[in-house]
Amino acid sequence: MDQLIFAGEVFLNGLMTGVMYALVALGFVLIFKASGVFNYAQGVLALFAALTLVGIQQGQIPFAHLINAAFGTSLHHFGWTVPAVLAIALTAGVMVLLAFLIEKLVLKHLVGQEPIILFMATIGLAYFLEGLGDVMWGADIKTLDVGLPQGISDAIESTTANWFGYGFFIDRLDIWATVIAAALVAALVAFSQYTKQGRAMRAVADDHQAALSVGISLRFIWVMVWSIAGFVALVAGIMWGTKSGVQFSLSLIALKALPVLMLGGFTSIPGAIVGGLIIGVGEKLFEFLIGPMVGGATENWFAYVLALLFLVFRPQGLFGERIIERV
Amino acid sequence: MIYREAGDFKTSYRSDGQTFPIRLDRWGYYAVLAVAFGVLPFVIDDYWANAVFVPFLIYAIAALGLNILTGYAGQVSLGTGGFMAVGAYAVYKLMTAFPDISVMIHILLAGGITAGVGVLFGLPSLRIKGFYLAVATLAAQFFLVWLFNKVPWFYNNSASGQITAPTRTVLDIAVTGPTATAPAKYLTCLVFVVALAWVARNLTRGTIGRKWMAIRDMDIAAEIIGVNPLAAKLSAFAVSSFFIGIAGALLFAVYLGAAEVGEAFGINKSFLVLFMIIIGGLGSIFGSFAGAAFLVLLPVLLKNTLVGGFGWPTDLAAHIELMVVGALIVTFLIVEPHGLARLWQLAKEKLRLWPFPH
Repeated sequence: MDQLIFAGEVFLNGLMTGVMYALVALGFVLIFKASGVFNYAQGVLALFAALTLVGIQQGQIPFAHLINAAFGTSLHHFGWTVPAVLAIALTAGVMVLLAFLIEKLVLKHLVGQEPIILFMATIGLAYFLEGLGDVMWGADIKTLDVGLPQGISDAIESTTANWFGYGFFIDRLDIWATVIAAALVAALVAFSQYTKQGRAMRAVADDHQAALSVGISLRFIWVMVWSIAGFVALVAGIMWGTKSGVQFSLSLIALKALPVLMLGGFTSIPGAIVGGLIIGVGEKLFEFLIGPMVGGATENWFAYVLALLFLVFRPQGLFGERIIERV
Repeated sequence: MIYREAGDFKTSYRSDGQTFPIRLDRWGYYAVLAVAFGVLPFVIDDYWANAVFVPFLIYAIAALGLNILTGYAGQVSLGTGGFMAVGAYAVYKLMTAFPDISVMIHILLAGGITAGVGVLFGLPSLRIKGFYLAVATLAAQFFLVWLFNKVPWFYNNSASGQITAPTRTVLDIAVTGPTATAPAKYLTCLVFVVALAWVARNLTRGTIGRKWMAIRDMDIAAEIIGVNPLAAKLSAFAVSSFFIGIAGALLFAVYLGAAEVGEAFGINKSFLVLFMIIIGGLGSIFGSFAGAAFLVLLPVLLKNTLVGGFGWPTDLAAHIELMVVGALIVTFLIVEPHGLARLWQLAKEKLRLWPFPH
């Protein structure tokens, strides 16, 4: 019975982690649907967004490290702090600018290349952004605080203590992340269903040439999609950054989002969410039940192996479009 | 004349089908071999061996291996680091379990073991393709690294979890362990590189290489004209993993001497080798060498300029290196998706006509 209650707690925590994975996976799906680009840089976008947010909030001088090295000065801060809301708005602006530059400098020149070439280009982009983020804001681990509540949720603990005689430990941040992720998904679905730009985006996703022929600007849509992905990355960066500090490992959540996508299918927004939940719960439960027998830390690979086994039986994922190949 | 086919008469099919049909190319190849075997071992010192030549040779083997899989057979793999770890741990177990057998045989056996593991992780490639496969190979990367970390049998229960190469000799000269000299390390790697490059070149231009390329260009069409996808894909995984396993074994036993799996064979190693073949040129033997040379030399050069020349801090130089590598990847993909090998080929085409352009 005790074991079952523990498993219940692990299950809930897994669901919360799954939401966080889904948040990153969502950015992938958006870009993949609209431009057929498998954007490996999504995780680094989240890291870059979080770094920029902290930098702006604390009034760091960009490139201070580089300027100091080149000119022998010792700059570090402007000496002011920016309120969280304003800093988030400014960071969102930076992400839009970044989306514009990526379209202008990279994607525009790669139109019509094979998908795998585009994928490798985004790996290059990921490396570049990682270096840029470090050069701009410094590579030390930073704490991010935009006023989200943290720590154990007392209400849930006391309620569950009454029910089962054992209080569940659930982080309030995770609950907030779930709420925000749900709101974000609802907003994105509404945007793509009911607005003009959203419809244009879906048209591009459906067929590039047909969309062009009815007068939709492909380049505008791409900039828009990358901006939205940048915004999703910002939200993911805030959540993960608050949870575990802004550091390099933040960009590795992109690698965790890949099996999520494989499970859910690359082209499906509900798939990203369901896949995220399955992976989140699956890896937590596996670590809880089987982990102690094989030495622990199974979270490193469980998601990939699960996705691998799954794909052998259903290559397009749970909700993906059926893959039809012709010679 | 200088660089011409004219006047170089072929009198047999054998000489007509040789790798270097132009006389100057042939001479150049022999000259490079002569310098590599006859001159460099006598002049090489520790710095040049450890910073440039030994890593270049080892990564060239890894790049050849990945190029066979990705460039020739079209199966993108992000599991290179994991497969290199298999080679390293296999050679470590063999070296400590059978100390009397020559280390050269151990390294070859390590390659064979890696080939087996590669085939195992290559099985899903029969069902899944493209990105899906690339992500599936990540399973190999993370699972293998975790396995070597968690199972003490693999590192002989050493307290630190590290593996350390014991001293082994070839012809009474130490090639592994702390007493190995720079020329010995260099020559060991060189022998493997020359032999494996020869194997790779001759595999890729024969029946099996043509099958790989047919699968790469369109697997359904290849199946229709009679290429067995099971045999072609799995053989590509096997040969590629054999090369990568040997590279991993050399990297650990000859170059590093001691290794910790997460650090030496992490995901970054997979990307590094992938970048080598993108920059060098997919589907090209020369490209594997060019890419490996480029990405081994670039950090050394940047470090010497930024840290040695300008006196900037090393961490800043490391970040700038990331930016430069990333920007170079993107630039190469935009300007020349076929990499350095294509540039080299274009230069040779021009040279064949030079100085008369028509």
